[in-house]
Amino acid sequence: MATAKKGNRLIGAPVERVEDLRFLRGKGNYVDDQSLPNQVYAAILRSSVPHGRIRGIDKSEALKMPGVHAVITAADIGGEVPVIPIRLQPLPEVFPLRQPVIAVDRVRYVGEPVAVVIADTPGLAEDALEFVEVDIEPLPVVASRKTSATDASLLFPEYKTNLAKKFTGLKGDAAAAFEGAHYIKKQRLSVQRHMALPMEPRGLLADWRKDIKRLTVYGAGKVLFFNRRAVAQMLGLEENSVELVENDIGGGFGARGEFYPEDFLIPFSSYSLGRPVKWNEDRRENLSAMNHAREMEAEYEIACDADGTIRGIRGHVDVDNGAYIRSNGLTPPRNVAQFTTGPYRIPNIHIDVSVRLTNKTPCGTYRAPGRFEGSFFIERMIEIAARDLGLDPVEMRRKNLVTVDEMPYPMATMQHIDPYTDTECDSGNFHITFDRCLKEFGWDEKVKLQGRNIDGRYHGVAAGCFIEGGAAGPRESARLKLESDGTISVFVGSSAVGQGLETVMGQIAADMLAVPFERVRVFHGSTSYVREGFGSYHSRSTVMGGSAILLASAPFKEKLCKAAARRLNVSEQEITLIDERAVAPNGASIEWKALASDDISAEESFTNTKHTYAYGAHCCHVAVDPGTGHVEVLDYVTVEDVGKIINPLTLHGQVIGAIVQGLGSTFMEHLIYNEDGQLLTGSLADYVVPLADDYPVIRGITLDDYPSPNNPLGAKGAGEGGIIAVGGVASNAVANALSSLQVEIEELPLTPPAVWASIEKQRLVEGTKN
Amino acid sequence: MQIRMTLNREPLEVEVMPRVTLADCLRHQLGKTGTHLACEHGVCGACTVIVNGQAVRSCLMLAVQANGAEVVTVEGLTPDDEEFGPLQQAFRKHNALQCGFCTSGMLTTAHALLTAEPDADHERIRSVIAGNICRCTGYLSIVDAIHEAGESYRANKERA
Repeated sequence: MATAKKGNRLIGAPVERVEDLRFLRGKGNYVDDQSLPNQVYAAILRSSVPHGRIRGIDKSEALKMPGVHAVITAADIGGEVPVIPIRLQPLPEVFPLRQPVIAVDRVRYVGEPVAVVIADTPGLAEDALEFVEVDIEPLPVVASRKTSATDASLLFPEYKTNLAKKFTGLKGDAAAAFEGAHYIKKQRLSVQRHMALPMEPRGLLADWRKDIKRLTVYGAGKVLFFNRRAVAQMLGLEENSVELVENDIGGGFGARGEFYPEDFLIPFSSYSLGRPVKWNEDRRENLSAMNHAREMEAEYEIACDADGTIRGIRGHVDVDNGAYIRSNGLTPPRNVAQFTTGPYRIPNIHIDVSVRLTNKTPCGTYRAPGRFEGSFFIERMIEIAARDLGLDPVEMRRKNLVTVDEMPYPMATMQHIDPYTDTECDSGNFHITFDRCLKEFGWDEKVKLQGRNIDGRYHGVAAGCFIEGGAAGPRESARLKLESDGTISVFVGSSAVGQGLETVMGQIAADMLAVPFERVRVFHGSTSYVREGFGSYHSRSTVMGGSAILLASAPFKEKLCKAAARRLNVSEQEITLIDERAVAPNGASIEWKALASDDISAEESFTNTKHTYAYGAHCCHVAVDPGTGHVEVLDYVTVEDVGKIINPLTLHGQVIGAIVQGLGSTFMEHLIYNEDGQLLTGSLADYVVPLADDYPVIRGITLDDYPSPNNPLGAKGAGEGGIIAVGGVASNAVANALSSLQVEIEELPLTPPAVWASIEKQRLVEGTKN
Repeated sequence: MQIRMTLNREPLEVEVMPRVTLADCLRHQLGKTGTHLACEHGVCGACTVIVNGQAVRSCLMLAVQANGAEVVTVEGLTPDDEEFGPLQQAFRKHNALQCGFCTSGMLTTAHALLTAEPDADHERIRSVIAGNICRCTGYLSIVDAIHEAGESYRANKERA
């Protein structure tokens, strides 16, 4: 029977990616690279008003334009306009807050779809948008958490409040822990609205074939099976007459997991016109239409003993969710309630989270949703507590890290949500990764620079720890099939979003069957390949899809043995499988290829309700220029244990990429709205992301000393760990650098103007004192 | 309007509307979909192609402006029937790509750079590709890959 250890040659090896062969020749197949005969093009008219009542839409002028085929509005949908389903945390109490796939009588954010124009070319469709007259009566705009909390203007008057949902994370007895504690500190901390910003904007190509009653949608991403069910229901079609096909995808990072309005509107357009319809968003649309993320403010209290032992944490997080609860909108707020405390032993927790509606783009997931924010909050709290108590912040963390003897270690329990949310860290030794990170970083030397002004710049260092959740259930499927040329096709329900899935799945399959890597071909990204699939999110593809391959390899080999036994006239127990041949005890053998006519295939699902928790530590060294507010990251080191490394080359790439995204979150990226609810950052010239010369010194080290007990591979979800602790650790380094100036860091991002302003503000305060 | 250009060493003529960008012409009229569009306002560099030896953003150039020019796209760097060139080899070895979307622009930009300056050091490479956004890799592997490929470009230059 197959085991992960047997034939272990490819698992753990830095196999170069098969995906690269097409990408490096410019032969990828992204959705806009694909076309169909007779196709027409869609462009979407989006609301420029953040909050208003639609009084009327006049499409007559647009329809007169040559080349324009249709203008579709809510009135053309027929019957009730469908709403976007909630995939993660589908709590019925928030169903009234779901987004209609096209605005019906009200618009609630700038960028909300109001009409779809179909024309012969993309240019004509865009031209025609300007001739669709939309009459909107403006309503008072809710552009901030503060305004939202007053309920003076309601996004959903029938819901009677802008407070969409409350979550609570609980453990122990926080009130008792704070009673008489030696040290209590209250602190406000906030993370800004930003987004995943994958390089490829979204696009779809839908093809309804009335003659054969079949709808094919290209450009689907990440959660094919869920989205197929949704679009089939909305169009009143059987699920098996709809196929969703995943093309090559130019990056995901959590933002491709939604059912977006266009996922209905483009198939609907094709269905109405009986022609293929293609749509590609431009970057300006993308910045207001793809999900935003991370806008939260915490007011936390921490209680500690004099020796730095943390007794408890309590407080409140306010989430600016935007206008609707969409597919994954509740994931970040529920995560921040449960995972703020991360790898630290905090026995008493009471965290309330309020999800508030505002007239902004709806929020969803971005790599490490709620975890990046929670890590920023807890790492700042610990750093501040250590400073106030006169303790070494590294020692204080060591003292409070969960130990190996406490595994499995339970996280806070969630209230106001279904009961299947209890979770625990599965395995690991947090002290090993922390100590290793400090050593690789050279902490003992670098800490001597703490707070010092060297040649006009203040130096600061900081260290912190994190856990990374992964491997969301419930299941994932894989099917192995022997082809007539002797190659093995591997069909998986996991999805590729640029993370090298084909390579990693191929490594696992080739190892399980003890065949060369080149003999395995991985197919993913179609709802036709396996019976069901759950896709790629929550760092789950490798663990869930890989484990399914491992399980399917056993019946696959049994079938090979059975077929060979018949041909070689021996019993199947006597067959040995070696080098793509089935060998009988007398030495007679047959090539696998010759058995393909016996239909050698096997499909298995891996079922798992327990999450994996990779974990590790980050260290950061910065120099801050007080004259400009510019922060240079002089060194950044992470160490993470991921249970089992499948491909160190692709994993390392994920780690470094995630760290740099985290530095973008900490120092640059900001989706800015003005008080009127207008998005001011509408292009990549305004929304600033890291470039090649920003963070040239980054080091990532990955270990696999503590395999997960919860899956046969021993693997843990990885790929988010690089980002989680960056906000907390990098901002602590900046705060430590500026400690002599009494500058307190409370808000991200730490852009040069923000850092400069906080230094200047403190100077003024000091000035008035003197 | 009728324009002529040499595309990946093949002369051709194509009829274009005056408002069509070079990027759209390459992608949708000439089938060179390896050139990618990610911002369409000249910031991200994904659509970079080589025009008369210079790396240019094909989203900011009209097709008619390429009349008479020699244009090289990512497809022209390594034709289908050829082995990978030094840049592609180094990109694969260093895992200098993940989703592949910015990769074409990185390769064309790097090819133009190394053809002119095969000795470019890490700092020079960083400053040149700082005009190309990559969201996946964090850039370190890209810079290492371009630096390694420089050796082959140096050898080629010495031979020439």
